[in-house]
Amino acid sequence: MEAYLFYIMAAVSVTAAVYLVFEKNPVFSALYLIQTMVCIAVLYILLEAQFIAAVQIIVYAGAIMVLFLFVIMLLNLNIKEETKNALPFQKIPAIFMGIVLFTAICAVIKSKLLQGKQGEYTTAYVNSVGNTKLIGNLLFTDYLLPFEITSILLFVAAIGAIMLAKRKL
Amino acid sequence: MNKDLLVYIVVASIKIFLVFSAVQIMIISMIWLERKIMAHMQVRLGPMRVGPHGLLQPIADGIKLLFKEDIIPQKANKLLFLLAPVMTLVPALITFAVIPFGDKVKILGHSVNLVITDINVGFLYIFAVSSLGIYGIVMAGWASNNKYSLLGGIRSSAQMISYELPLGLSLIGVVMLTSSLSLVDVVNAQAKLWNIIIQPIGFFVYATSAIAEVNRCPFDLPEAESELVAGYHTEYSSMKFAMFFMAEYANMITVSAIAVTFFLGGWHGPFLPPVVWFMLKLSACLFFFIWIRSTYPRLRYDQLMHFSWKFLLPLSLFNILITGLIMVLKG
Amino acid sequence: MTNVSIMTFNILSILPILVLAGFGMIVLLIDVLTSRKLGEKNLLAYLSLLGIVVAAVLSRSSIGTATFSFNETFTIDNYSIFFNLIFLLSTGLTILISHNYIKREEINYGEYYALLMFSTIGMMLMASGADLLNIYIGLEVMSISIYILTGFKRSKLISNEASLKYFLLGAFATGFLLYGIALIYGSTGTINLRQIACFIAGRGGGLDPLLILGMGLIIVGLGFKVASVPFHAWVPDVYEGAPTAITAFMSVGPKAAGFAAFLRIFMTSFAYTHHEWQKIIYILAVLTMTTGNVVAIAQTNIKRMLAYSSIAHAGYLLIALVSANNMGVSGTLFYILAYIFMNIGAFAIVIVLSRKGDEFIQINDYAGLGFKHPLLAIAMTLFMLSMAGVPPMAGFVGKFYIFSAAIKSGYVGLAVIGVINSVISVYYYLRITVIMYMKEPAREFSPLTISPLIVAAIVISVVGTLQLGIFPSKVMEIAQRSIFTLK
Repeated sequence: MEAYLFYIMAAVSVTAAVYLVFEKNPVFSALYLIQTMVCIAVLYILLEAQFIAAVQIIVYAGAIMVLFLFVIMLLNLNIKEETKNALPFQKIPAIFMGIVLFTAICAVIKSKLLQGKQGEYTTAYVNSVGNTKLIGNLLFTDYLLPFEITSILLFVAAIGAIMLAKRKL
Repeated sequence: MNKDLLVYIVVASIKIFLVFSAVQIMIISMIWLERKIMAHMQVRLGPMRVGPHGLLQPIADGIKLLFKEDIIPQKANKLLFLLAPVMTLVPALITFAVIPFGDKVKILGHSVNLVITDINVGFLYIFAVSSLGIYGIVMAGWASNNKYSLLGGIRSSAQMISYELPLGLSLIGVVMLTSSLSLVDVVNAQAKLWNIIIQPIGFFVYATSAIAEVNRCPFDLPEAESELVAGYHTEYSSMKFAMFFMAEYANMITVSAIAVTFFLGGWHGPFLPPVVWFMLKLSACLFFFIWIRSTYPRLRYDQLMHFSWKFLLPLSLFNILITGLIMVLKG
Repeated sequence: MTNVSIMTFNILSILPILVLAGFGMIVLLIDVLTSRKLGEKNLLAYLSLLGIVVAAVLSRSSIGTATFSFNETFTIDNYSIFFNLIFLLSTGLTILISHNYIKREEINYGEYYALLMFSTIGMMLMASGADLLNIYIGLEVMSISIYILTGFKRSKLISNEASLKYFLLGAFATGFLLYGIALIYGSTGTINLRQIACFIAGRGGGLDPLLILGMGLIIVGLGFKVASVPFHAWVPDVYEGAPTAITAFMSVGPKAAGFAAFLRIFMTSFAYTHHEWQKIIYILAVLTMTTGNVVAIAQTNIKRMLAYSSIAHAGYLLIALVSANNMGVSGTLFYILAYIFMNIGAFAIVIVLSRKGDEFIQINDYAGLGFKHPLLAIAMTLFMLSMAGVPPMAGFVGKFYIFSAAIKSGYVGLAVIGVINSVISVYYYLRITVIMYMKEPAREFSPLTISPLIVAAIVISVVGTLQLGIFPSKVMEIAQRSIFTLK
């Protein structure tokens, strides 16, 4: 049952991602991106990472993409412009490299060379403690320093938004 | 298929059916009640013709909307135009999945939780779902291909993002006190004392931003009829308009249910059965919405934004700080 | 597991970072509270310098310690302290050269100094991170500050363009880095540098494709920050568009931080798999040096020329990484220190000679400088000779150590390519000198924007360049003691 759901969601998210790239209308592109995000959130749920799933939707689908849409609509980019191919020389090498990369990935997956290490947090353990609690615990013990430095990061970003975008300082 | 799973599916379906019908009935009665209450507050009578005291008015309205011509503007983006009302209504309804409306009851030997599902990230689920509600309005505004609609859509996206922050942060205090994100735990923790007493600032911030979040008066700028000709749903007619209408009421019921769950003790209360208490508190919240609407004038747009970013957001952060401090000091 | 036990942390170990953050906020607060009209804001510059000095003193006081703190996410050892001092020096010199410049360009906002200090925080985290997550956050703090500083000339289109370009490409590069980190986590189950090394050594060979791919992506991410070819496309445009003082900062600070992270990650975590990454870095080093030097010849704009020269210098530093021995590490430390002096010095002179709205950044604008302002011309000549690697300048000693490190590790071919590249670079560095002394002046040089602070910066740079070139042993000795002691 979970495997079926995985395949469906994976297929939908990849399809949406493809549409996102090839869609001419930016509003639709943004909507496809939202669809991809939601599908990924479902994949997280299937991995029993409910916290990440919820945050994925709140942050990406709920906040960032709304701003995306907001800007696109404000600029009213719905006129289908004749997009001319600015990078004609890159097309063929890009396709070629893409095929090479794809085959390489397939070969690696098939060769069973992948030997990732099993982490210490098993699904059973995560579920017994609770997803959110575990993440909170780690943030305030092992990863306290990066967590706190993030505040400087956000502060800098806020300064930047004002510096670069405010009309009159 | 084993028996437990079967029971689970049956029970869940029944609960979903019951909750959804209850919400639908509430929406219909809300439409009538709002008109009646507002009328009496303004010393009018309100609808009187259809049925006793206009009781059948919502049904008449529904029939009228159903039979009206369904207009899709020629230059509108058809797919999004059709999708938008659905996208507004669905998030409002599915939030109810995690709201507990009663204590455990025993039916045919099975202990049944009166909540559709109790998940350990219920709090986050509510926000995840409610943050998706914006898209319906934004899509409606854009797809209509109408300047007023677009302005309404843009306004509402800015407004809802701005108010989502204090809305979320105001509940953090409660979550800190409960130390759980499950709504069932939140309600259980209020058996003795309602959170509104311990978290008055949180409740104030929540109540204010909840009104803004559902685009109700005095924060109803996205559909301000005097400047935007009804904003994002200018071009909508017939059932699609009705869906927006329903979504607005469904949203009101949802945020009221959250308020009841987080601040007003959920289904706890003496003498009466839990479900009745829940409904009573919910009705009180909904009455509050109507009361506010008939009392306050609409804010100006810049006032709205300043109020959120410069007052509510710092206030909610302050609330978290105070809550944390007291929790640490009390040990 | 209900009670979270928050352990006691060694706050003292991050004291320099805290001091810088504190001074950054104070600068911002003072800027808000004092009127914008006053326009002078000397106080802010001095305050920032004070912050830098205090942080440097605090940093220096812990020389000799070698410990982890914050649950092994933060290291404090001689290596990180040396790098911290390098970053603080580059920020300090940048403040000295910017003070007058930002006043003249009317971008005299307090945020300028605050962002410089915040980006220094990011760099210090990158050098001291014992954990890929810390390094990543440090990199983000640093990069975002610099994206903003690049666009600081708000009204100039070229500055906006540079900022946007840098931001978009930088965000993309950071994405690569993060993806690399994710793959490494998937492969080894940890993001702690020491534990990654233990895991790889414990497995005893066996190439995990995930690990290789992760390493490759980290090389891409950091290679972008240090401006190595083929991730260099942003460099000329961004260097040209950014305010000149920021260009000076960008060409030393983030590069140094990038190398700090590069060396720490690859020489502690991936030491066991060095055969894999050395090949890649080898190619990168050759490409970077050659492209930088060859393209620099064709430049007529001095900022672009210095941009390509900075690419070339990244190539020399990559040689040190390829050699992957202790000599390479100390050589890198020495070289970066020398590079700070000569590069910021050169940019200081570019600033002195420019005027508001008229940057005079064509190389031909320097014609006749030798007659009009002999002191400036001599200083510029010194910096150029040092960058070209002519003895007895600092640049020569640095290159000497790096090439020796390569030979010691058996990369004679690479050292030869490096020497050939140095010879090529002499051409365009000397061309400036030739133009300054051999050509008639094409324009008026006065009035120069001279202030005590920028003179101090030039003097410090000249002294540094000469000191490191003529008496390198003392600094070299310190650098040799600043190799990785914690593994």
